[in-house]
Amino acid sequence: MEVLQHLADGFAISLLPLNLGVLILGVTVGLFIGAMPGLGSVNGVAILLPITFLVPPASAIIFLAAIYYGAMYGGAISSILLGIPGASTAVATTFDGRPLAQKGQAGLALIAAAVGSFVGGTVSVLLFTLFAAPLADVALAFGPAEEFALVLLAFTTFLALGGDDVLKTVTMIVLGLVLSTVGLDLISGQPRLIFGDLPGFYSGISFLVLAIGLYGIGEILWTIEQTRHKPQVMPAHIRFADLVAGFRALKASLTAMASGSLLGYFVGMLPAAGATPASLMAYGVAKSTSRKPELFGKGAVEGVVAPETANNAASTGSLLPMLTLGIPGSPTTALLLGGMVMWGLMPGPMLFIEQPEFVWGLISSLYTANVFAVVINLALIPLFVWSLRMPLPVLCALVLVLCIVGGYTPNQKMHDVWLIAAFGMAGYVLRKLDYPLAPLVLALVLGPLMEKSLRQALIAAQGDVTTFIERPISATFVAIALLLFLLPLIRKLRHLPLFKRSPTSSRSSA
Amino acid sequence: MRVAELTVAALLMALSGYFMFHATVLPIGWQEGAGPGGGAFPFWLSLIMLLTAGGIFLRHFAEALADRGSRRPFITRAALRDVLIVVLSLLAAIALIHVVGAYVAIPLFLLFYLRVMGNCGWRLTATLTLVTPVVVFLFFEVALKILLPKGITEPLFIPLYALLF
Repeated sequence: MEVLQHLADGFAISLLPLNLGVLILGVTVGLFIGAMPGLGSVNGVAILLPITFLVPPASAIIFLAAIYYGAMYGGAISSILLGIPGASTAVATTFDGRPLAQKGQAGLALIAAAVGSFVGGTVSVLLFTLFAAPLADVALAFGPAEEFALVLLAFTTFLALGGDDVLKTVTMIVLGLVLSTVGLDLISGQPRLIFGDLPGFYSGISFLVLAIGLYGIGEILWTIEQTRHKPQVMPAHIRFADLVAGFRALKASLTAMASGSLLGYFVGMLPAAGATPASLMAYGVAKSTSRKPELFGKGAVEGVVAPETANNAASTGSLLPMLTLGIPGSPTTALLLGGMVMWGLMPGPMLFIEQPEFVWGLISSLYTANVFAVVINLALIPLFVWSLRMPLPVLCALVLVLCIVGGYTPNQKMHDVWLIAAFGMAGYVLRKLDYPLAPLVLALVLGPLMEKSLRQALIAAQGDVTTFIERPISATFVAIALLLFLLPLIRKLRHLPLFKRSPTSSRSSA
Repeated sequence: MRVAELTVAALLMALSGYFMFHATVLPIGWQEGAGPGGGAFPFWLSLIMLLTAGGIFLRHFAEALADRGSRRPFITRAALRDVLIVVLSLLAAIALIHVVGAYVAIPLFLLFYLRVMGNCGWRLTATLTLVTPVVVFLFFEVALKILLPKGITEPLFIPLYALLF
């Protein structure tokens, strides 16, 4: 069992005092970020990435992954106590979490959410451990043509599964890709798109600047507009009897947990899908397989367990393609990828060979993060209830200050701070008009890889475009990408009157 | 809503045109022996963006002509006021950093935001306004050794540096 050996080596690293310390801190911070309405894992990672310069890269990534995990647990807290999701990933948790809280069973709901999250997280980390090394081995054979086809495939998933307007999605993907080319051309070394020689653009537009703008400032503007009234916080007391009742009720939710874990993990791997749709799907599956579907929406424990299991499983799932292929499965992992590149840890199959201690240290830290998240979550519930009463302006003001200072620190240029403000305002307006922002961030992060692999593949093939369909792996990716690209079109065509069989015409033909 | 959709689509079209104009500084076609030129990737992608944004524009324009589409206002007047205050105070704070430095601009921003925008009590406002810059200083300047811009307040920090470093 080679995997077990790797994992043991990994634990030797992730259990070092510094790494364990940042992990506990990350999980706790993540729980608070998740619990705060308006802030989710992606906002937390974007805003806090600059402050991780304090610790070595490996510890920084462990910290950020722990925030990611903690935020998935934390999202349920405000879904249950406030009835508004603490993060978009916890939307489905409100359906039954809120009714349970209104019935005075907030404690039970919180325990169910925490245990569901733990099961989802643990099952998915086990799957992750099994799949990571084999997938990285396959990816080792990838050349530039395969890399390009894979990135193309990642973007087309947004068209087929993203659920947003196709034209707007394409616009955002392309905008992100073009923004990624600002600065020095990586092959010829000449400056391009520097907008009248503004020196600030020579080093390009950092993914952090875009992320802090969109997910920091843009998100705060969005929250200020949306939450103009104050929701009521439900009281929650956790007694020992609740714990016992909680675990007893969970026995009935075993199917919900199993389906939630698997569904979440595999849906999470897709760049376009991720934790929010995974949790909604898991809720639907749990409802249709439940023995008492009529209870759903009125306070069914399974209705809390299923989405919480799925969103945690999805967060692990989205780490898999990021680490093994270098293609992030969610906006949050796109930021993790950007951070790793910044620290010189290039994600992809080579990372497993060149930096095995880092990779397995990170994977093993996910196991530990799960254990700490469930314990801290249950232990600190009174504190979360208290912190949910924090006035919103205080939160907004502090996040805005962190955006300014955090945006300045990586490159120490005021140019970046102005760009952050600009991206924040633009992101807010785009979001209001239903332009999807996740593809924009993903495109900015993946842009350099996409352009480099395209140009390398074309140079190697001497300009022959058929290189992308002559190589079998690349051809498969291109074929799936084409299918995903055409899917929205096919869906549209089916709605045209030409393809709809009207009752009169079918009668006349019969 | 319709006006906003049209404006944003038009802006995106203008932006892509601007990108295309700048991309042509480098060769956008095939370079013998070197593959696609440095301007090719941004140029052709900007062209796609021009087309998709143009599509969005035309769609909403057709909707407006047929008097369909959402008539809902883009933003309510009260919400617009709040958002504008936040944006303007944030921009003012960033501009102030150039002049008086982060350690004056940030407390001023917090004071304004918490007191005027948030209606927080004086005690909470004062505590946050005074504690935040101290924490920022200790974390970024002392622990991370990253100096924040200080503008004209720079001389005030020299004795502090002498003490700490």
